[in-house]
Amino acid sequence: MGEFALLSFTIFFPLLGAILLLSIRKVAASGSEDDVSHESRIAFSTGIVVSAMTFILSLIALAYFNPSIEGYQLLEDIHWFGGALNEDGTMTGGIRYKLGVDGLSILLVLLTTFLTPLCFLASWSSIKHRVTEYVAAFLILESLMLGVFCSLDLMLFYVFFEGGLIPMFIIIGIWGGAERIYASFKFFLYTLLGSLFMLIAIIAMYLQAGTSDIAVLQDVMPKLFAVDDGKFGVQHLLWLAFFASFAVKLPMWPVHTWLPDAHVQAPTAGSVILAGVLLKMGGYGFLRFSLPMFPEASVYFQPMVFALSVIAIVYASIVAFRQTDMKKLIAYSSVAHMGFVTLGIFSFTETGVQGAIFQMISHGVISGALFLIVGVIYDRMHTREISFYGGLVSRMPIYATVFMLFTMANVGLPGTSGFIGEILTMIGGYQAATWAAAGAALGVIFSAVYMLTLYRRTVFGVITNEKLEGISDLTRTEMIVFAPLVVATIVLGVYPQPIFDMAHMSVEPILSVFASLGG
Amino acid sequence: MDWNSIIAAASPELLLAFAGLLAVVVGAIYKDAFARISLDAVAVVLVVAGILSLVKIEGGLAFGGLWETDPYTNLAKAVCYFCSAIALRMASQYLVSEKLIRFEYAILVIFANLGMGIALAANDLMTLYLGIETLGLSSYVLAAFNRDSQRSSEAGLKYFVLGSLASGIILYGASLVYGFSGSTNYDVIALSDFNLGVMFGLVLLITGLAFKVSAAPLHVWTPDVYQGAPTPVVTFFASAPKVAAMVMFATLLFEAFGSVLDQWQDVVSIIAGASMIIGAFGALRQTNIKRLFAYSSIGNMGYALIALAAGQEKGAAALLVYMAIYAFSQLGIFGVILSMRRRGGMVEDISELSGLSTSMPWLAVCMTALVFSVAGIPPLGGFFGKLVVFQAGVEAGLWPIVVIGILSSVVSLGYYLKIIMLIWGGEKMPAFQGTSGTVTFTVTAATLLVFPVFVILIGWMMATAGGQFGLPFG
Repeated sequence: MGEFALLSFTIFFPLLGAILLLSIRKVAASGSEDDVSHESRIAFSTGIVVSAMTFILSLIALAYFNPSIEGYQLLEDIHWFGGALNEDGTMTGGIRYKLGVDGLSILLVLLTTFLTPLCFLASWSSIKHRVTEYVAAFLILESLMLGVFCSLDLMLFYVFFEGGLIPMFIIIGIWGGAERIYASFKFFLYTLLGSLFMLIAIIAMYLQAGTSDIAVLQDVMPKLFAVDDGKFGVQHLLWLAFFASFAVKLPMWPVHTWLPDAHVQAPTAGSVILAGVLLKMGGYGFLRFSLPMFPEASVYFQPMVFALSVIAIVYASIVAFRQTDMKKLIAYSSVAHMGFVTLGIFSFTETGVQGAIFQMISHGVISGALFLIVGVIYDRMHTREISFYGGLVSRMPIYATVFMLFTMANVGLPGTSGFIGEILTMIGGYQAATWAAAGAALGVIFSAVYMLTLYRRTVFGVITNEKLEGISDLTRTEMIVFAPLVVATIVLGVYPQPIFDMAHMSVEPILSVFASLGG
Repeated sequence: MDWNSIIAAASPELLLAFAGLLAVVVGAIYKDAFARISLDAVAVVLVVAGILSLVKIEGGLAFGGLWETDPYTNLAKAVCYFCSAIALRMASQYLVSEKLIRFEYAILVIFANLGMGIALAANDLMTLYLGIETLGLSSYVLAAFNRDSQRSSEAGLKYFVLGSLASGIILYGASLVYGFSGSTNYDVIALSDFNLGVMFGLVLLITGLAFKVSAAPLHVWTPDVYQGAPTPVVTFFASAPKVAAMVMFATLLFEAFGSVLDQWQDVVSIIAGASMIIGAFGALRQTNIKRLFAYSSIGNMGYALIALAAGQEKGAAALLVYMAIYAFSQLGIFGVILSMRRRGGMVEDISELSGLSTSMPWLAVCMTALVFSVAGIPPLGGFFGKLVVFQAGVEAGLWPIVVIGILSSVVSLGYYLKIIMLIWGGEKMPAFQGTSGTVTFTVTAATLLVFPVFVILIGWMMATAGGQFGLPFG
């Protein structure tokens, strides 16, 4: 491995691509006066090449990664700013630029790099204006998302975590639907408010522990803010501050309301990244910070989280059933599925946490695919009203098949990855609290109701709307987009073990703390 | 006269005083022929003065204890002088096209800087007052520099009347402090008994200085002056004098009243909280971009005051770092505002920025970065400013204002995002007309400065500014 900074390179590679793209743009524009397709070809092919190479880089990182050892790997550690200057010129304390991955984060890194090229492919035909900026915004966003998952310093994590708001805000605000301004403001302000409380908690933790190194904090935090006799203390406040941020991001009921708006207004690829990666930052945050750093507070708040999760699952499913907009329906289904993630994480059992991680990966693929599926017919008909469609199966057989697969996966049918995630989180939840698992199981039934209704109303039946007569089936590009998603869903559904092996060594140390707590 | 100590402690100010007087003489002889060149000449003098303050960064005592500089104040001085120099260079195109080019402009700026230098180096209430007045009188005239414009004259008059009132309050506070503590020297005041009379004087001093930093509830002049005064003057007001006022405020409270932190902490906290709230809500409905950034500056002074309320040990370094980042990003933002020129003159409505990303992409990218920086969103520089300020507040246990700070920064995002959305999502307007090279350069440089790459620079500043007190995140 040597001294080569593989993670930094992977993180900043898309950013370099974006800078390159923005700087060659002038040449492209002046080379052909009003040829938009020329610009679009240059932009998207650059985007695809850069993001594909990032994917390869992340695969190289995976190759160097050894899942059988505990702790963080591929470390990079440089002093960044702050701290005190020693006599001999070295610095102690301060904020560090520290990167590294464990099993959990490398999975999410792979998910990110896997989805981004697909986003470019999918939006090639649908984005017609400001293509260069569009591609650049996605590449910058990719850099920041990778940074979130690789940071091993809380402050660095925060910088990436919050920085991701800027490109996403611009993506929704420029290339979004009619209500895009409202949606992008809501997205930004909700997330920012939550995160700022976390920032204050980070500062407070730094002042106590003298470092913001995540690995160190995971060790010392439980001791520094030890809770005596289950009394409400500083640890609980810190937990709440982190919770404020991650609950909004995930999102949990009742702070989920930004999500349907953001999803509906965002361009298709924006929805894919939002559902596929950005929401996962919430779950990642719980696993990386809340559980290891504030174990007693996590146990203390477990019933509350369970209650919110069950409410999210049941409520969002019921709300989803009443939606007339396809994207909104899938957005609410995301809220429900994220409820399974929190349920699994806060069960503090190996099964539950592994299930939650699996659910995050699987939901990233499935919901991404579902948003792409909506995007396919939206590009053709420019509406997402469910009542507009019907009988698509007669015109779009391949589309109907793909849609069928992901409907089943979203419902959690055995054989698809959705099943594994849901069943494991429910088993984990059952071990911790029977009522929570029961509530979640109710949500599974509801999810079948709304997904199958959606599928029946759009795909089955005869075509009643004459505008649909000329609708065409998936193009080759679209098939290329869906192929990897289909493969991933089925492979993970049939053989989920690699994910568990990968995550095992990151889950075990988290849970060992809880075993000693007896929680 | 001990010339060695004077040169060590006050050489930049001596240079400014000398150059200012020389410029008056030259200006009187050559009149308008000197006008164009005066801007460049004074900018060079200011840069030299800034470098001098960095070279002689250790400073020292001079003029029998009336004057004291240390690395902290010298760094603040350097920031002020550099910002003024940049603001001056940015002014020339505007002054020429608005037919305002007169040699008095540069002279007023140089005397304003002399005032800042004196007030920053003050170790005595009298020195502080002299500095504040020199700065203030130059500023009043600058605000009314476009004397044919009703708005500009109104701005100058308002600023003058209210500013004089504030100066009077400072003077009254100073005399009370003198009467009850027996001295006007910071060091002696610090050692004397703190009694009710001194407390009254202290409150009056805080009131007057809160006016100078445009903190609520003494902020009312700010929007009017920002809107009325010529834009290059506002560019100047928004950067250097803000830093100077805040740091002189800090040195007074830290040096003379540092031991009675508990007596003024609450007062400053309340001012900070009020400023942040008024800055956030006041700007929401503004459509004039200068007025909007006036409210934004009120809010930002509130954040700086958090660091002030945290006290010397915890807040001094954070305060200076915050103000320096703030001043440089203000230069960039006002550079963009200075570029907002169409046929028939300057335009100031935020809707004029609509579609800037298609008409002038580079300016749009810069403005986006600068606005997000002022809003305090990572990974831009303004975030690190807010970070160290919040850190100071948390360390000092000032939870209520830290929470107010969080909430008001979310509220203030409302109008910052409005600007961004106009730039990127609005209907395309025709491009602005011929921006001068200096302005574009400044905007670009300020944008680059707000990027995290330059956090190394900030780290260095922290080490210099905080060396004597302890570093943020130390």
